This record gives sequence, structure tokens and C-alpha cells, in this order.
Amino acid sequence: MGIEGVGARVARKEDKRFITGAGRYVDDMIVPGMKHAAFVRSPHAHAEIAGIDVKAAQAMPGVHGVLTGRELKADGIGNLICGWMIHSKDGTPMKMGAWSPLAVDRVRYVGDAVVIVVADTKGQARDAAEKVEISYKELPAVTDASKSMDAGAPQIHPEAENNLIFDWDIGNADETAAAFKNAAHVVKLDIVNNRLVPNAMEPRAALGHYDKAEDHYTCWTTSQNPHVARLVMSAFYNVAPENKLRVIAPDVGGGFGSKIYIYPEEIVCLWASKKTGVPVKWVADRTESFLTDAHGRDHHTHAEMAFDKDHNILGLKVETKANLGAYMSLFSSATPTYLYATLLSGQYNIPAIHANVKAIYTNTAPVDAYRGAGRPEATFVMERMMEIAARQFGLSPAELRRKNFVTQFPHQTPVIMCYDAGDYAASLDAAMLAADYAGFPQRKAQAAKAGKLRGIGMSCYIEACGIAPSAAVGSLGAGVGLWESAEVRVNAVGTIEVLTGSHSHGQGHETTFAQLVNERFGVPLDSVSIVHGDTDKVQMGMGTYGSRSGAVGMSAIVKALDKVEAKAKKIAAHLLEADEGDIVIENGTLKVAGTDKNVPWFQMALAAYTAHNLPGGMEPGLKETAFYDPSNFTFPAGCYICEVEVDPDTGMTEIVQFVAADDFGNIINPMIVEGQVHGGIAQGVGQALLEGAFYDASGQLLTASYMDYTMPRASDLPSFQLSTSNTPCPSNPLGIKGCGEAGAIGSPPAVINAITDALGHENLTMPATPQKVWAAARAAKH
Amino acid sequence: MYSVNYHRASSVADAAKLLASEDAKALSGGMTLIPAMKTRLAAPSDLVDLGHIADLKGITVSGKTVTIGAATTHAEVANNAALKQAVPAVAHLASLIGDPHVRHKGTIGGSVANNDPAADYPAALLALGATIVTNKRSVAADEFFTGLFETALEDGEIITSVSITAPDRAGYEKFRNPASRYAIVGVFVAKGPNGVRVAVTGAGDEGVFRSSELESALGGSFTPEAAAGVKVSADNLMSDMHASAEYRASLITVMAKRAVTQANG
Repeated sequence: MGIEGVGARVARKEDKRFITGAGRYVDDMIVPGMKHAAFVRSPHAHAEIAGIDVKAAQAMPGVHGVLTGRELKADGIGNLICGWMIHSKDGTPMKMGAWSPLAVDRVRYVGDAVVIVVADTKGQARDAAEKVEISYKELPAVTDASKSMDAGAPQIHPEAENNLIFDWDIGNADETAAAFKNAAHVVKLDIVNNRLVPNAMEPRAALGHYDKAEDHYTCWTTSQNPHVARLVMSAFYNVAPENKLRVIAPDVGGGFGSKIYIYPEEIVCLWASKKTGVPVKWVADRTESFLTDAHGRDHHTHAEMAFDKDHNILGLKVETKANLGAYMSLFSSATPTYLYATLLSGQYNIPAIHANVKAIYTNTAPVDAYRGAGRPEATFVMERMMEIAARQFGLSPAELRRKNFVTQFPHQTPVIMCYDAGDYAASLDAAMLAADYAGFPQRKAQAAKAGKLRGIGMSCYIEACGIAPSAAVGSLGAGVGLWESAEVRVNAVGTIEVLTGSHSHGQGHETTFAQLVNERFGVPLDSVSIVHGDTDKVQMGMGTYGSRSGAVGMSAIVKALDKVEAKAKKIAAHLLEADEGDIVIENGTLKVAGTDKNVPWFQMALAAYTAHNLPGGMEPGLKETAFYDPSNFTFPAGCYICEVEVDPDTGMTEIVQFVAADDFGNIINPMIVEGQVHGGIAQGVGQALLEGAFYDASGQLLTASYMDYTMPRASDLPSFQLSTSNTPCPSNPLGIKGCGEAGAIGSPPAVINAITDALGHENLTMPATPQKVWAAARAAKH
Repeated sequence: MYSVNYHRASSVADAAKLLASEDAKALSGGMTLIPAMKTRLAAPSDLVDLGHIADLKGITVSGKTVTIGAATTHAEVANNAALKQAVPAVAHLASLIGDPHVRHKGTIGGSVANNDPAADYPAALLALGATIVTNKRSVAADEFFTGLFETALEDGEIITSVSITAPDRAGYEKFRNPASRYAIVGVFVAKGPNGVRVAVTGAGDEGVFRSSELESALGGSFTPEAAAGVKVSADNLMSDMHASAEYRASLITVMAKRAVTQANG
């Protein structure tokens, strides 16, 4: 490794512009003649639209257009779709209700977009929006997935009887039932995975520009995958064919999954631009973000685990109700199925698993993948289960886990996944050592003297990243392939541009991708530029989510670099009159191995473009493209240990130490990996202690601002102790597993296991707020 | 935010004149009013900025009498050396308000006039038996805070300062709402020549109130143990998603105990 190569702790190239306020986000984009949009949204969770009167709004100053769903439909704009087909266990396809970008006859959650107003200024658009008169006929609403299927519950979509979208099975019910018959112990668990609001720092935004002379659309949008946005908007929403639609996702200030999806606003802004003849910009305010960004989690689960008399796991049964909200968001069906139930084997040998998932409509914001996407929910079930089982058996939580760890690879689980590499005991040992697990009883006694309840909890998570082999996900219902593309352009002076279909919205690709190029060709980082986020520059790509940019995106770059290297060596061999097999690249120079004959990288590049002296028949130039389709998922895993002190008088929980021992495979930049883990743990601690989206019975979001929705702050978190013990991933050329979501996946059960250990009883739901912990501490005492 | 006319008042008299118009509102630090206007929940026609009136600023300590100008920021209260000497609990309270941004913009007059049921200053003023001085009169704290966001202020009346007599001992502890960081329960205890006064903010369903149970227990023995022995009734306490009335009742005892420990140094 060089000072800028793979494995180096290089400061992020992109941070200069972010830290100095020079980033360029959608709201920074200004197009001549641009106007501003405000959306009129439903104040009701469920209502029929009896009528819309836009006359007064149209007469307001500065207004260019007040447009409704009927006009949108008349222009042939399509409904939003969910791009992953799930079949119920009876073989029927999922029951997807219609989601019009602007509601036509009915609204189904508070925040549902009904009318767009376009005006000279944002203030004028809002003033006019207040003059739009919509008469609603209110209908009863349901917000709780555990009640939405009850007899007499309001019917949200005619397509989905009893609000049931699908009733899906995985694993083997008979084998699992047989395993439970032979069980010496059965441990049961009812658990809720709380609903979260993503809260990206940059709110969603869209700028639609229709160029009448060219009959061409440009959409600047806060997207994690602009090419998917273009594909979906052209193929399904009928906005424009792909060649007439350019999608640009410039700097994006955090996504966490919420910016994967195509939302109504970008479609409507594009359409409204054509309709009104002016470019139309919309930027969500924070309230709109709370109400309409796709929320995360919201699972209600009953699970049972069977053990033999020696505490070996025999089988697992899981029943989950997944709240998908009022409409099916783009990948909402995949999150509680193939991203969740396929991880229910955890790090353990479990001979038989059966899981059933019911996806359910409610009158709430749509729910889709949020950092971890299904895997935090699976990990929360598994790691609460293992901790509770150990406590019931009177065993050490570490030893019960260790006894059941998968130790032989590859390991085929009963739920599709084939784990290819890992060393779960190594992470467990590293975490216990770092946490001084053995010294805990002494620390607990010390805390008790000060009136504090001290507890320790662990979580041994596994996740599947690097999504995903295209044929495999296709057979499971995905509407897209999940490969990635790369193009490496070597300029005539030897500097390099890498065009990638991955999209950076905080991940640091401009640094890590350049480090990879530096490692291969010795070109300084400053001479490597990463280009992404524009469908006119990068031909096609699948974007960034699911910790896939390293494992999949960089693997595509490796393939393109391989092709560049092969051609570069041919050119160098020709210039040096040597055999191409003897050429090696060292420190930015192409050399004949074992001699001092060499040609510097830039001279080779110049030769490729002057084309004065190339091998016979070789095309000029040096630019290569590659597509990489992974052959397997990757399986990051690790062990997290959390230690807390609870003040029983107030219910306040203080995290006194947090240890993360991860296996991410090979690492490009340890500093960026640590940053990912820090952020992930902060979000996981947020879910465990602080964050929760709550609707009242009528469907109003009670936590619609930072006055009521608690985000983690620095003072809520300790200084984390991180380490990695890595086993390279065998399925991709760099041996990378991925690290973007681990922190959010592994931490919630560790935190709850620690608090329940401190309290001495298990009945505690997330977020474990002071009020809940205070009540639980009192209940434990009595 | 709707369109609004901004006026910078040059004196208290000037401000009073400007406030006479129909929907005018006084603007001090703006830490409550401006966010409400940005979300269109408040829509005054005119804003009268009190922040540039020299007479409203500053802290004077003379013997046991402390006077704090209405436009004095929380940060100035928190860091004033003379005040820290005379009534350290008030400086401590100011240091706990909001975040640094709020403390450098928000003012004592604005906070007292707004009388948010979860604000900190009302607890201090009530427990200290402070006097709120306006451009028209002086009002005792016991008469001033009349309900949720309600005070004895009349239309156009402007707080110019608050006046405190330093107690022998005082302490303030609060338990924060995890999201907003306002007080779920804040308890200010003060012991002076006229006995013990205890005021509770964040918890009462009619705003800040004095706790007679705590005052009588601490009047007998100004010790944490005496406070800890008081079981506060949950009647007339607020209940919301963050804290039930029972939880608040329990926290009042706990915060009172800790405030007394602090007061006894």
C-alpha cells in the first residue's frame, strides 16, 4: 500500500467543498426563468376528495399554474410503482393499490400530495396554496399494522382486501414444526421494531426543466440512483423517453435509503414544467420531510426458537406484520421479505426455519428501506432472542452464541443465503476483550453504590450486502438487475476520470475510488476524478444503497482498470520493444521487469492519443468500460457490546461504553470505514433510545418536528471503541464486504440487551425513553 | 413566513407607540416568535424589535437586589460575575436554556412574557418572589404568571426588567424533554428570610406553579432527604407522549431533591 493507495487513511477529497459550504445541492441549482412550487397536501389520514377549487389560488400574485391530479392523469402520467414483485404463499401476486403522483379521488395519509402550485417565489406559491379549496369527506383511518387487518378496519385500497398486500412464506414449515416437536426448550418473543423517520440533513428536492425547443427534460433531484430514476420515470410514469430525459443527482446531503425511491414530487415538477412553460423547483421543508419521506422499519413480530437439552438451536419460527404505509414505495416489498427473512439464521447453525410475513397497508407515510433495510429488523429479533434465551437458561450470552455459531464455510442456511466467509468467534473474542467483559460484575457493583443500575448486552449481527446477483434477484421478483458499471478514461496527459454508476451522498467515493486507481497505476489522487450522478455522463448504473458501492461498484471499476492495464501494457511493450508479459506497473511507471527500461504513465497515455507509434491494428485512445454483476451477496458480520448505566430515579440511560468488532472484508480507507461505523451506531442508538415516529389514532403524525422527534446528539453517545478482524470476501476481486449499514444493524439489540440486563426484566420497547425505562425500573422493583 | 413590517424601536416609549397597531407583536430574541412565523403559525402584521433599546439591557447587583434588564440574553445572565456571586442558581438556570445559539439570542424578558409552560425563568422568578417591572407598573411574580402562555401583561405593556432579592440559598435542576430539551420538569428551590419557596415548571397543566407539599417539607428541613420524602400528586400535571403525569410527579420529587443538594452546595 502506498500513502494514497488501498488501505491508506486518506482524508476525504470531497470534504473541502462540504466543510466550506461550497457543495452544490439541488437547491443551489438555478435555471433561467425558474419558478417555485408548493404542494397542497392532505390534512387527513383518509378521505374522499369531493371537489377541488383552484380559482382563488390561480388569481393570486405571481402564480403560473395550479395543477391537479385530474390534469396529470389526462396527460397520461402513470402511477407510482413498486419494483419488486412478491408472490403470496398461495401463488397470487402482491395486491398493489394505485398511487397517483397527485391524488385524484382519495387521500390515504397525512401529507398525500393533491395539488401543485407554481409561482414566482416560494412565498407566493405557499400563499396561493393556502387559497386552494379542497372539500374532503373524511373516512375512518387505521395506522397500526397490528389492527389494520381486523374486521371492520377501514379499507384503504380496493385492490387489497383487508389491507393485506401479501402473505409470504420462506423456509420449511414442516421441518420447522418437526424441530419444535423435539425441543427441550422453546423461547418466545414478541417484539416491535419501531418506525423511524430518515431525517437526511438535506431535505428532498427536485428541479424539473422542460426545454420546448429541444423537446427535452432535465431533472435535478436528490437521488441515490439517478439512472434508476430515469428508467422508472420513462418506462412507467410516461414522463419522457429515456433519450429525452436527463437526470442529475448532484451533491446529495444524506440518503440512508430514503432517496432511493422515486417520489411524486420529481414527476410532478417535470410534468408541471411542461404544463406551465417554466422550470419548476421544489424543496421540501422539514415538516414535509417528516410527513412524506419514506419511513423505515415498523415491524410487529412473534418469534419462537427451539433448543435441544444442550442448548443447540433446532429451529426458528417467525411471524411478522410489516407496515408498508398508505402506498407501496419503490422497493417496499423487498425490505420485509428478501432483505429481512433471509437473514433470520443470524450467525447460527439453525437446521430449520420458517417465517411468514404479512405486508399491510395503513393510513401512514409509505415505508421502505432505511439504513440496513430488513437486516436491522432480523438482527433485532435474533439477538434479543439469543440474549433472552441465555438468561432463561442461566448461560452466559456469549457462550450460548458461541455454541451455535456457524464455523464451516460455505454455509447454506435454510433461508436462501449461502454464507461464504467469516469468523464469528474472532469478532466475539475481540469485542469481549475490548469491553473488559470479565470485569463487568465489579463495575456493576461499583455503580450500585452510586444508586445506578449497570447492564451489559451484546449483539452478534450478520447482514447481506453487495446486492446483488442480477439473475438471482430477478428470480426472486426484482424488476431490475443489480450489477454496476464503470468507465475509466485515461486522458492524453495521463490523468484519469472514473465514471461510475454508484452515487455518493456521504460515502466518500471521490476518495476511495481514486485510492483504488492510485493503487493500480500509481497516479496521484489529485490526478484522478470521480464522475457520478448524471445520466448524460454515466451511461447506466444502479446507484448506491445496501452497502454495495465498494463490493459491486468498485468491482466494476476493477474490471475496467484491468482492461486499461492490458492496453497500457501493450502500448508500453511496443514503445519499449519488450514483451507485454514482461511489463509491470510501479510508482506510476511502466517497466520491463528486472530492467531499468521504462516509460512513465503519462508518456504511455500520450502515445495512446498521438497514435504515432501504436502496435499494429490497435485503436487510438485509452478508455475502457465494464459492467460487473456479483456472483453472491457479501456477508459482513461482527459483535457489538454495549454497557449502560440507568438512573432508576429518572429512567435516564447513559451509554458508558460501546464496542464494535466488525468483519468487513478488505478495507480501502480505514478512516472512512470508521466514520461509517460511527454514523451507523449513532443511528442504531437513536432507534434504541430516542427515535420513534408515532401517529395518533386519527392518523396525525405526532412526531412531525424536532420538538417531538428525538435525533441522537453527540452528548447521547460515548466515544466508540472500534476494531475489525477481517476475512476477505471470496466472491469479488477486492475481497470487500461493505460497511455502510453495520452500525445501524448491530447496535439496537446490544443497547436493549444492556438496558434489560440492568433492569433485570425483558419488557421494554424501543425507543427506550427515560419514561419507559423509569416505568420498567419501577415494575422490576415491585 | 408571511410578509411582515419590521420596526426597530429606539426607546421603550417608541416601542409602546409602535405596538399600538392592531396585529403588532414585540420581538425580543425571537427564539419562539420567529420559528412560529416561519411555520406560518404566527402572522403578526408588524414586528417591533426591542433588541436595540439600551435601557432594556444589562444586569445590576446592589447589595441583595439584582435587576436584570428585559433584553438581557441568557448567555449574559449565565456569565455575569456579579450575578453568579449573588444568585448563582439563576446564572446556572440560564446556562441550561436551549443551546448556545438560543442563549445568545433569547432574552429574559422574551421568555417571561411568553410564559411557555416548559420555560425555565418562570420557575426562578416565582420561587424567588421576583418583581416584573413594565413600562406601566411593577407586578409580583405570584400575580404575573396566570396560565399557559398567559401573563398579567396588558396589550402594549412591555417588560423592562425583573428584580430579584438574593436568597440565602437556591438551586435549580431540570429534566429535559429528550427531543426539544425544554423542561419536562424543572424545580427551583429558594430559602430566604421569609422561608422556603419551591416553583415547578414544565409539569403543571396551567403552567408554572408553587408546590405547597415541597415548601412545607423543606420549610421544616431544607435537606435532600426532606424533599425525597415528598410524594407529589399527579393531579393537575400535564401528560403527553414524552411524560405521563405520574412520571412528572415522580420527577418533581427527584429534581427538588437534587436542587436542594445543589443549593446546599
